[in-house]
Amino acid sequence: MQAPSSQRYGRRVSEPGPETEARRIASEARDRARFEEEALALADQVYRVARRLVGTREEAEDLVQETYARAFRSWKSFTPGTNLRAWLLRVLTNLNIDRGRKIQRTPQTQPLEETDYYLANKVASAAGEDALETDEVVERLSQDSIVKALADIPPQYRDAVVLVDIGDFTYADAAQILDVPIGTVMSRLHRGRRALKQHLAEEALG
Amino acid sequence: MSGDPCDRCEELIQDFLDRTLTDVEWREAEVHLSGCDYCARRYKFEESLRRYVRTSAAERMPPGLMDKLSELRGLDATA
Repeated sequence: MQAPSSQRYGRRVSEPGPETEARRIASEARDRARFEEEALALADQVYRVARRLVGTREEAEDLVQETYARAFRSWKSFTPGTNLRAWLLRVLTNLNIDRGRKIQRTPQTQPLEETDYYLANKVASAAGEDALETDEVVERLSQDSIVKALADIPPQYRDAVVLVDIGDFTYADAAQILDVPIGTVMSRLHRGRRALKQHLAEEALG
Repeated sequence: MSGDPCDRCEELIQDFLDRTLTDVEWREAEVHLSGCDYCARRYKFEESLRRYVRTSAAERMPPGLMDKLSELRGLDATA
Protein backbone atom coordinates (compact mmCIF):
# COMPACT_ATOMS: atom_id res chain seq x y z
CA MET A 1 0.00 0.00 0.00
CA GLN A 2 1.28 3.42 -0.88
CA ALA A 3 1.55 6.33 1.48
CA PRO A 4 -1.59 8.47 1.58
CA SER A 5 -1.57 10.64 -1.49
CA SER A 6 -2.12 13.83 0.46
CA GLN A 7 1.37 13.33 1.88
CA ARG A 8 2.96 12.38 -1.39
CA TYR A 9 1.59 15.34 -3.23
CA GLY A 10 1.94 17.84 -0.42
CA ARG A 11 -1.44 19.40 -0.91
CA ARG A 12 -0.69 22.43 1.19
CA VAL A 13 2.24 23.48 -0.93
CA SER A 14 0.78 23.04 -4.36
CA GLU A 15 -2.92 22.49 -4.76
CA PRO A 16 -3.46 19.37 -6.93
CA GLY A 17 -5.13 19.85 -10.24
CA PRO A 18 -8.54 18.30 -10.78
CA GLU A 19 -7.00 15.29 -12.56
CA THR A 20 -4.69 14.42 -9.67
CA GLU A 21 -7.55 14.73 -7.24
CA ALA A 22 -9.73 12.51 -9.39
CA ARG A 23 -6.98 9.90 -9.52
CA ARG A 24 -6.61 10.03 -5.75
CA ILE A 25 -10.31 9.51 -5.26
CA ALA A 26 -10.39 6.62 -7.72
CA SER A 27 -7.42 4.95 -6.07
CA GLU A 28 -8.98 5.28 -2.63
CA ALA A 29 -12.24 3.85 -3.91
CA ARG A 30 -10.33 0.84 -5.27
CA ASP A 31 -8.53 0.29 -1.96
CA ARG A 32 -11.78 0.53 -0.15
CA ALA A 33 -13.58 -1.87 -2.45
CA ARG A 34 -10.73 -4.36 -2.08
CA PHE A 35 -10.89 -4.10 1.71
CA GLU A 36 -14.64 -4.67 1.67
CA GLU A 37 -14.32 -7.65 -0.61
CA GLU A 38 -11.62 -9.27 1.50
CA ALA A 39 -13.57 -8.64 4.69
CA LEU A 40 -16.75 -10.12 3.25
CA ALA A 41 -14.87 -13.21 2.13
CA LEU A 42 -14.09 -13.85 5.81
CA ALA A 43 -17.67 -13.39 7.01
CA ASP A 44 -18.35 -17.09 7.41
CA GLN A 45 -15.29 -17.55 9.59
CA VAL A 46 -16.08 -14.42 11.59
CA TYR A 47 -19.62 -15.63 12.16
CA ARG A 48 -18.45 -19.06 13.30
CA VAL A 49 -16.38 -17.48 16.08
CA ALA A 50 -19.05 -14.90 16.95
CA ARG A 51 -21.68 -17.59 17.25
CA ARG A 52 -19.75 -19.30 20.05
CA LEU A 53 -18.87 -16.09 21.85
CA VAL A 54 -22.49 -15.13 22.44
CA GLY A 55 -25.56 -16.99 23.61
CA THR A 56 -27.92 -16.94 20.66
CA ARG A 57 -27.91 -16.95 16.86
CA GLU A 58 -29.70 -13.57 16.79
CA GLU A 59 -27.05 -12.00 18.99
CA ALA A 60 -24.33 -13.42 16.81
CA GLU A 61 -25.99 -12.02 13.70
CA ASP A 62 -26.33 -8.58 15.30
CA LEU A 63 -22.78 -8.65 16.50
CA VAL A 64 -21.39 -9.58 13.09
CA GLN A 65 -23.44 -6.85 11.42
CA GLU A 66 -22.23 -4.26 13.93
CA THR A 67 -18.70 -5.49 13.37
CA TYR A 68 -18.88 -5.08 9.62
CA ALA A 69 -20.55 -1.70 9.93
CA ARG A 70 -17.72 -0.51 12.14
CA ALA A 71 -15.07 -2.18 10.01
CA PHE A 72 -16.34 -0.58 6.81
CA ARG A 73 -16.45 2.83 8.45
CA SER A 74 -12.95 2.58 9.83
CA TRP A 75 -11.32 0.58 7.05
CA LYS A 76 -8.48 3.08 6.82
CA SER A 77 -7.22 2.04 10.22
CA PHE A 78 -6.50 -1.47 8.93
CA THR A 79 -2.90 -1.95 7.82
CA PRO A 80 -2.88 -3.88 4.53
CA GLY A 81 -0.77 -7.00 4.70
CA THR A 82 -1.63 -7.71 8.33
CA ASN A 83 -4.11 -10.33 9.49
CA LEU A 84 -7.55 -9.06 8.48
CA ARG A 85 -9.42 -11.91 10.17
CA ALA A 86 -7.72 -11.06 13.48
CA TRP A 87 -8.48 -7.37 12.94
CA LEU A 88 -12.17 -8.10 12.37
CA LEU A 89 -12.32 -10.32 15.44
CA ARG A 90 -10.71 -7.61 17.49
CA VAL A 91 -13.43 -5.19 16.41
CA LEU A 92 -15.98 -7.87 17.22
CA THR A 93 -14.70 -8.77 20.69
CA ASN A 94 -14.46 -5.08 21.61
CA LEU A 95 -18.08 -4.59 20.59
CA ASN A 96 -19.05 -7.69 22.50
CA ILE A 97 -17.31 -6.52 25.64
CA ASP A 98 -18.84 -3.04 25.23
CA ARG A 99 -22.26 -4.63 25.19
CA GLY A 100 -21.36 -5.84 28.64
CA ARG A 101 -22.18 -9.38 27.64
CA LYS A 102 -25.58 -8.59 29.06
CA ILE A 103 -27.74 -11.38 27.85
CA GLN A 104 -25.41 -14.29 28.35
CA ARG A 105 -25.84 -17.26 30.54
CA THR A 106 -22.89 -16.50 32.73
CA PRO A 107 -22.27 -18.54 35.83
CA GLN A 108 -20.56 -16.44 38.44
CA THR A 109 -18.84 -19.39 40.00
CA GLN A 110 -15.29 -20.26 39.11
CA PRO A 111 -14.86 -23.70 37.64
CA LEU A 112 -13.23 -26.27 39.81
CA GLU A 113 -9.65 -26.88 38.92
CA GLU A 114 -9.85 -30.32 37.49
CA THR A 115 -6.84 -31.88 35.85
CA ASP A 116 -6.29 -32.14 32.10
CA TYR A 117 -6.99 -35.87 32.07
CA TYR A 118 -10.25 -35.45 33.98
CA LEU A 119 -12.62 -36.22 31.12
CA ALA A 120 -10.40 -38.94 29.67
CA ASN A 121 -10.32 -40.64 33.06
CA LYS A 122 -14.10 -40.48 33.32
CA VAL A 123 -14.48 -41.95 29.86
CA ALA A 124 -11.96 -44.66 30.63
CA SER A 125 -13.79 -45.71 33.76
CA ALA A 126 -17.12 -45.76 31.92
CA ALA A 127 -16.01 -47.40 28.66
CA GLY A 128 -12.62 -48.90 29.36
CA GLU A 129 -9.06 -47.83 28.69
CA ASP A 130 -9.07 -49.08 25.11
CA ALA A 131 -12.03 -46.87 24.24
CA LEU A 132 -9.77 -43.83 24.55
CA GLU A 133 -7.92 -44.89 21.43
CA THR A 134 -10.96 -44.96 19.20
CA ASP A 135 -12.16 -41.91 17.32
CA GLU A 136 -15.75 -42.84 18.04
CA VAL A 137 -15.43 -42.38 21.77
CA VAL A 138 -15.68 -38.60 21.58
CA GLU A 139 -18.83 -38.95 19.53
CA ARG A 140 -20.52 -40.29 22.63
CA LEU A 141 -20.56 -36.64 23.57
CA SER A 142 -23.37 -35.05 21.61
CA GLN A 143 -22.77 -31.89 19.61
CA ASP A 144 -25.37 -30.18 21.75
CA SER A 145 -23.49 -31.00 24.90
CA ILE A 146 -20.34 -29.46 23.46
CA VAL A 147 -22.16 -26.31 22.44
CA LYS A 148 -23.80 -26.09 25.86
CA ALA A 149 -20.55 -26.73 27.71
CA LEU A 150 -18.85 -23.97 25.72
CA ALA A 151 -21.67 -21.57 26.54
CA ASP A 152 -21.42 -22.40 30.24
CA ILE A 153 -17.77 -21.70 30.87
CA PRO A 154 -16.88 -18.22 32.19
CA PRO A 155 -16.76 -15.66 29.34
CA GLN A 156 -13.10 -14.75 29.70
CA TYR A 157 -12.08 -18.37 29.44
CA ARG A 158 -14.54 -18.96 26.65
CA ASP A 159 -13.11 -16.12 24.56
CA ALA A 160 -9.69 -17.75 24.66
CA VAL A 161 -10.97 -21.26 23.93
CA VAL A 162 -13.21 -20.09 21.09
CA LEU A 163 -10.51 -18.00 19.43
CA VAL A 164 -7.82 -20.68 19.62
CA ASP A 165 -9.71 -23.96 19.41
CA ILE A 166 -12.54 -22.95 17.09
CA GLY A 167 -11.15 -19.87 15.34
CA ASP A 168 -7.68 -21.41 14.92
CA PHE A 169 -5.94 -18.26 16.03
CA THR A 170 -2.43 -18.44 17.43
CA TYR A 171 -1.83 -17.46 21.05
CA ALA A 172 -0.26 -14.26 19.74
CA ASP A 173 -3.27 -13.34 17.60
CA ALA A 174 -5.65 -14.17 20.43
CA ALA A 175 -3.61 -11.96 22.76
CA GLN A 176 -3.89 -9.09 20.29
CA ILE A 177 -7.59 -9.61 19.74
CA LEU A 178 -8.33 -9.70 23.45
CA ASP A 179 -5.75 -7.03 24.27
CA VAL A 180 -4.15 -9.08 27.02
CA PRO A 181 -0.63 -10.49 27.40
CA ILE A 182 0.10 -13.81 25.77
CA GLY A 183 0.59 -15.48 29.16
CA THR A 184 -2.95 -14.46 30.11
CA VAL A 185 -4.30 -16.07 26.94
CA MET A 186 -2.42 -19.26 27.77
CA SER A 187 -3.70 -19.48 31.31
CA ARG A 188 -7.29 -18.66 30.30
CA LEU A 189 -7.08 -21.19 27.53
CA HIS A 190 -5.84 -23.93 29.82
CA ARG A 191 -8.40 -23.19 32.48
CA GLY A 192 -11.12 -22.85 29.87
CA ARG A 193 -10.33 -26.21 28.33
CA ARG A 194 -10.38 -27.86 31.75
CA ALA A 195 -13.68 -26.19 32.58
CA LEU A 196 -15.07 -27.35 29.24
CA LYS A 197 -14.06 -30.94 29.94
CA GLN A 198 -15.53 -30.75 33.38
CA HIS A 199 -18.87 -29.55 31.98
CA LEU A 200 -18.74 -32.27 29.34
CA ALA A 201 -18.07 -34.91 31.95
CA GLU A 202 -21.04 -33.75 34.01
CA GLU A 203 -23.39 -33.37 31.10
CA ALA A 204 -22.57 -36.29 28.94
CA LEU A 205 -21.45 -38.86 31.43
CA GLY A 206 -23.28 -37.79 34.58
CA MET B 1 11.13 -31.88 36.91
CA SER B 2 10.43 -34.03 39.91
CA GLY B 3 7.35 -36.12 40.59
CA ASP B 4 5.33 -38.63 38.64
CA PRO B 5 6.23 -38.64 34.93
CA CYS B 6 2.55 -39.11 33.99
CA ASP B 7 1.63 -35.97 35.94
CA ARG B 8 4.35 -34.17 34.07
CA CYS B 9 3.06 -35.50 30.77
CA GLU B 10 -0.45 -34.39 31.64
CA GLU B 11 0.94 -30.94 32.27
CA LEU B 12 2.61 -30.82 28.85
CA ILE B 13 -0.04 -32.47 26.72
CA GLN B 14 -2.15 -29.42 25.82
CA ASP B 15 0.89 -27.46 24.73
CA PHE B 16 2.08 -30.54 22.90
CA LEU B 17 -1.15 -30.47 20.89
CA ASP B 18 -0.79 -26.72 20.42
CA ARG B 19 2.79 -27.24 19.25
CA THR B 20 4.04 -24.64 21.64
CA LEU B 21 6.48 -26.69 23.70
CA THR B 22 10.18 -25.93 23.71
CA ASP B 23 12.39 -28.51 21.99
CA VAL B 24 13.43 -29.92 25.35
CA GLU B 25 9.84 -30.26 26.58
CA TRP B 26 8.73 -31.68 23.26
CA ARG B 27 11.36 -34.38 23.49
CA GLU B 28 10.42 -35.07 27.10
CA ALA B 29 6.76 -35.53 26.18
CA GLU B 30 7.56 -37.60 23.12
CA VAL B 31 9.82 -39.99 25.01
CA HIS B 32 7.23 -40.44 27.72
CA LEU B 33 4.33 -40.93 25.29
CA SER B 34 6.21 -43.55 23.32
CA GLY B 35 6.68 -45.68 26.44
CA CYS B 36 3.51 -45.05 28.42
CA ASP B 37 0.20 -46.54 27.25
CA TYR B 38 -1.74 -44.69 29.90
CA CYS B 39 -0.64 -41.29 28.61
CA ALA B 40 -0.58 -42.31 24.93
CA ARG B 41 -4.28 -43.25 25.11
CA ARG B 42 -5.10 -39.99 26.80
CA TYR B 43 -3.13 -38.10 24.22
CA LYS B 44 -5.14 -39.79 21.48
CA PHE B 45 -8.34 -38.93 23.30
CA GLU B 46 -7.39 -35.27 23.72
CA GLU B 47 -6.51 -35.05 20.06
CA SER B 48 -9.87 -36.49 18.96
CA LEU B 49 -11.69 -34.29 21.43
CA ARG B 50 -10.08 -31.14 20.03
CA ARG B 51 -11.14 -32.09 16.54
CA TYR B 52 -14.63 -32.98 17.65
CA VAL B 53 -15.11 -29.75 19.60
CA ARG B 54 -14.02 -27.75 16.56
CA THR B 55 -16.45 -29.46 14.19
CA SER B 56 -19.33 -29.65 16.68
CA ALA B 57 -19.10 -25.97 17.51
CA ALA B 58 -18.91 -24.81 13.91
CA GLU B 59 -22.15 -23.32 12.68
CA ARG B 60 -22.68 -21.90 9.24
CA MET B 61 -23.73 -18.34 8.69
CA PRO B 62 -27.52 -17.99 8.55
CA PRO B 63 -28.86 -17.43 5.04
CA GLY B 64 -29.41 -13.77 4.37
CA LEU B 65 -26.67 -12.48 6.63
CA MET B 66 -24.20 -12.19 3.78
CA ASP B 67 -26.59 -9.94 1.86
CA LYS B 68 -27.07 -7.75 4.91
CA LEU B 69 -23.30 -7.43 5.30
CA SER B 70 -22.85 -6.64 1.62
CA GLU B 71 -25.36 -3.83 1.93
CA LEU B 72 -23.15 -2.21 4.56
CA ARG B 73 -20.45 -1.54 1.97
CA GLY B 74 -19.69 2.09 1.35
CA LEU B 75 -20.74 3.22 4.83
CA ASP B 76 -19.55 6.76 5.44
CA ALA B 77 -16.95 7.18 8.15
CA THR B 78 -18.92 10.08 9.59
CA ALA B 79 -22.26 8.33 9.52
